[in-house]
Amino acid sequence: MMNSDEKLLKESDKALLRGRQYTGASRIDGPLVYMRNTHPVGYGELVEIIAPDGSIRSGQVLDTSDDAVCVQCFEGTDGLSLPGTRMHFLGEPLTLGVTEKMLGRVMNGLGKSRDGAALPSSSDERDVNGVAMNPTAREYPRDFIQTGISVIDGMMTLIQGQKLPIFSGNGMDHNQLAAQIVRQAKVRGGKSDFAIVFAAMGVKYDVAKYFIDSFEETGVLDNVAMFLSLADDPSLERTITPKTALTLAEHLAFDKGKQVLVIMTDMTNYCESLREISTQRGEIPSRKGYPGYMYSSLAEIYERSGKLIGRSGSITQLPILTMPNDDISHPIPDLTGYITEGQIVFNRDMHGRGIYPPINALSSLSRLMKDGIGEGMTRDDHPHLSNQLFASYSKVQEVRNLASVIGEEELTELDHKYMEFGEFFERKFVSQGFDEDRSIEETLDKGWEALSILPAEELQRLTEEEIEAHYRG
Amino acid sequence: MQERIVGRVKRVNGPVLTAKGIGDAKMMELVHVSELKIVGEIVKLNGDEATIQVYEDATGIAPGDNIYGSGMSLSAELGPGLIGNIYDGIQRPLEELRTLSGDFISKGIAAPAIDHDKVWHFVPSVSVGDKVRGGSIIGRVQETERVEHRVMIPPAAKGELTVVNMVQEGDYKVDDQLAVVSDGKGYTEIVTMVQRWPIRVPRPVQDHMDLGTPLITGLRVIDTLFPLSKGGTVAIPGGFGTGKTMTQHSIAQWCDADIIVYIGCGERGNEMTDVLREFPHLIDPRTGLSLMQRTILIANTSNMPVSAREASIYTGITMAEYYRDMGYNVAIMADSTSRWAEALRELSGRMEEMPAEEGFPAYLPTRIAQFYERAGHMKTLSGGEGSVSVIGAVSPPGGDFSEPVTQHTKRFVRAFWGLDRSLASARHYPAISWTESYSEYVDEVKAWWNSQSQDRWFDNRRRIMELLQKEVRLQQIVKLVGPDALPDSQNFILEVCSLFKTAFLQQNAFDEIDRYCSIDKQVRMLSVILRYYDLGSDAIAKGVPLVKIRRMQVVQDIARMRFNVSNDRCDEIDKIELKLERSMMQLGSLYDEQ
Repeated sequence: MMNSDEKLLKESDKALLRGRQYTGASRIDGPLVYMRNTHPVGYGELVEIIAPDGSIRSGQVLDTSDDAVCVQCFEGTDGLSLPGTRMHFLGEPLTLGVTEKMLGRVMNGLGKSRDGAALPSSSDERDVNGVAMNPTAREYPRDFIQTGISVIDGMMTLIQGQKLPIFSGNGMDHNQLAAQIVRQAKVRGGKSDFAIVFAAMGVKYDVAKYFIDSFEETGVLDNVAMFLSLADDPSLERTITPKTALTLAEHLAFDKGKQVLVIMTDMTNYCESLREISTQRGEIPSRKGYPGYMYSSLAEIYERSGKLIGRSGSITQLPILTMPNDDISHPIPDLTGYITEGQIVFNRDMHGRGIYPPINALSSLSRLMKDGIGEGMTRDDHPHLSNQLFASYSKVQEVRNLASVIGEEELTELDHKYMEFGEFFERKFVSQGFDEDRSIEETLDKGWEALSILPAEELQRLTEEEIEAHYRG
Repeated sequence: MQERIVGRVKRVNGPVLTAKGIGDAKMMELVHVSELKIVGEIVKLNGDEATIQVYEDATGIAPGDNIYGSGMSLSAELGPGLIGNIYDGIQRPLEELRTLSGDFISKGIAAPAIDHDKVWHFVPSVSVGDKVRGGSIIGRVQETERVEHRVMIPPAAKGELTVVNMVQEGDYKVDDQLAVVSDGKGYTEIVTMVQRWPIRVPRPVQDHMDLGTPLITGLRVIDTLFPLSKGGTVAIPGGFGTGKTMTQHSIAQWCDADIIVYIGCGERGNEMTDVLREFPHLIDPRTGLSLMQRTILIANTSNMPVSAREASIYTGITMAEYYRDMGYNVAIMADSTSRWAEALRELSGRMEEMPAEEGFPAYLPTRIAQFYERAGHMKTLSGGEGSVSVIGAVSPPGGDFSEPVTQHTKRFVRAFWGLDRSLASARHYPAISWTESYSEYVDEVKAWWNSQSQDRWFDNRRRIMELLQKEVRLQQIVKLVGPDALPDSQNFILEVCSLFKTAFLQQNAFDEIDRYCSIDKQVRMLSVILRYYDLGSDAIAKGVPLVKIRRMQVVQDIARMRFNVSNDRCDEIDKIELKLERSMMQLGSLYDEQ
């Protein structure tokens, strides 16, 4: 037993204790390893766990007290034994050595090499948990990113520094869409230094492979840093993967001035891992068994996007999450929606009708759009046009509901026009080819083409001048 | 600050830690943990153990680390210099932190809430020998062009006091002695410009007063349909993307309160930046000065520590009460109280307390009530009047209003502006639902509207609410059998309500003219719409077909008057009304002859 004197060590003595190694765990439960009789170990410290066979795994201190330390082992606890497990407390939080040379490489969720070759060394070790940006240091994002996808550019514009998640469901084309955005994304009126950080959490190997191939085809592979924690990797590693990826993204954006696009798939798996570890620790669950701190955990990830005053880089996040059972009120999409600046929502019905991308415009939203579009940025008629498209398309839903009750024949002439508009909107405006890259002008003109189906007096969100200039009905 | 060691860390589990060997620490005492000087607060005492909630990331704290007690509760520093500032949840000035630690907030940094070196010009308003008491105003400082800061005797000062020493008019720093007051029995108090007040304790007042004056927001759906009194409380619930934040921003920009305290509690960083960037450039239509000259911002974004999020609401309302005590009307926007309630839940979970509904602690309703009860129109200690109005956003998970935070909030607020997702989807903003919202202040503010010679307000409001109710019923029929099955007279109700929604309820926050609507314009606009209903109904009774009424040119004028008629040219609306009468007469005359 440790005596009480030892517990009252001064700070300077503590430094000497760092790096001490202990043998013998007292309990192993899932990914958690408990150890007694250590020196006072700091909360959140990084731990090296040495298995009886000599392999080294990493872990992090989750709970520390006088009696025992609880360590979560990122690489799983298979093969550990109570007497044979050794632990080495490193006295510092989990860090990632960041360098620009990580672009073009494939790493695991902890930032260690996955492709076998040694990683470039870096002297710049960063705490992966990051620190909060000072709100007064942020620059308000307003630079339009042209994705070449009409429904996004026209109605839920992506802005540099934004976090805009894709709410999808199993079996829908979210990966294709993400790949298409990566391929087509450009900032207007200037070349910028793009980099892509890709974090995969608990996805299948083929999904990761799909992205690698797609990056390769586009020739951007050298500009991509990949952090893969696949479905057969330990679940716990997923809870750290997005943080590792964002630590590199911050370095690339704010030290190297790059425009970084971070794609994270699938955030649902991240949350599942959080729940798993929380349950294992016997914590009091909140909604659907997810831990009460899930909102804070998600916020710590999503809020690491944006721009800083006086620095040229930016971090734009495109997280992908599959809504369990397509339920948008499930805690994962729900909490995400409260943190992110809008959402792109997929619709299974549209998917079923063969519309790609199957984006439901009405439930999708970009909160940063209002300041990034219009005169001088996209085109002067863009704000009102998108507003009108939303309003008219929402009317289409009403008419369709009515038609399903009274039958299409009974509809008024005007309602028929709306049905026609709805069809055109979905088939010609929203729907586009996987390789089709539409400029913002083409997108807006298509929007006008759709609205021209309707009589001009129905277009109340547009000014008379705009109708004069663009309406062709 | 003299600090003593009150104990040592025993266990660390996220932002909640257990301490042992606690001697004389007090409940809610402010403490600093370890040599990193991480700010915390004692939330539970049990034998020689204490539970401490820390306001910063706990990484690196180890068992055995010292805990330093400050001897006081978590308090707000109150004095000139608060206005125009931006704070985090525990009142650290963010601009100052940025100069100290750069673009990211590093651990353990601290800065005083107000500038202690700044010199203010102080004008005394009492002199030696005057009788004063706690809360009395002893002088003035021009804090911003718009706000005159009234220096008060700390409210905790006891009994009848006499000024025994008073400085001359001149330039002083906040810590300089301005006056000495004494009760003649040995109790003296030195008064400076700065005072501290524990954030979890309401500041005392003499009495509650009635809530007869509305807070004018310039948003038609609020002022006309669901008014809020100065000193009242309202909740704005809505799922994500329904425009809570936009509505809060609009109110913060345009409402006629003297001081605004805007609390971004667990908000998005980029959105907070939008506020920080936009407010200084926005001009208050009433004074022509920048809005920042009356605004205090609290920005505790969602990735900043959860305990500070919990504290931010109290920090904000304490500052609001301080300005109320000077005799101002203060409006406080909390966006969002759900994030605050979730912070409570998270901390409660960490303390391993027994959860009640959906994991929230059983004391959730008590805390919500305590917060909203700090609102009110008060007679202040100095004998003046001031008010704190609370506008709390609620973000119900999945947009479901039956969840605990919305339900408990509803018990303690008297007005409710429910945001509707289908309205937001159709980009009908503000998406305040006219069926779910209510305001208990309607009758109380009636007299005020009459006193502004807007006697039509109350009856117009009642009439349009009736029509909207009818519309709901008619819409149900239309859903079943289609609009053609209804007679023209009923279809016309649908027509008028739809016009009312686009021409009156919708408001474009980005349009120069439409974003703020004066009360005069509101009353006239509604009158025209009701006139359209009356005349149209008569015409239909005479046999005029609905299509002809709908196609009248003047209907377009009504639909666009919110953009075309500026607040200072409200008589234009009377012209529209004249045109309406003339067109209707023409139309009607065709049918009279038949």
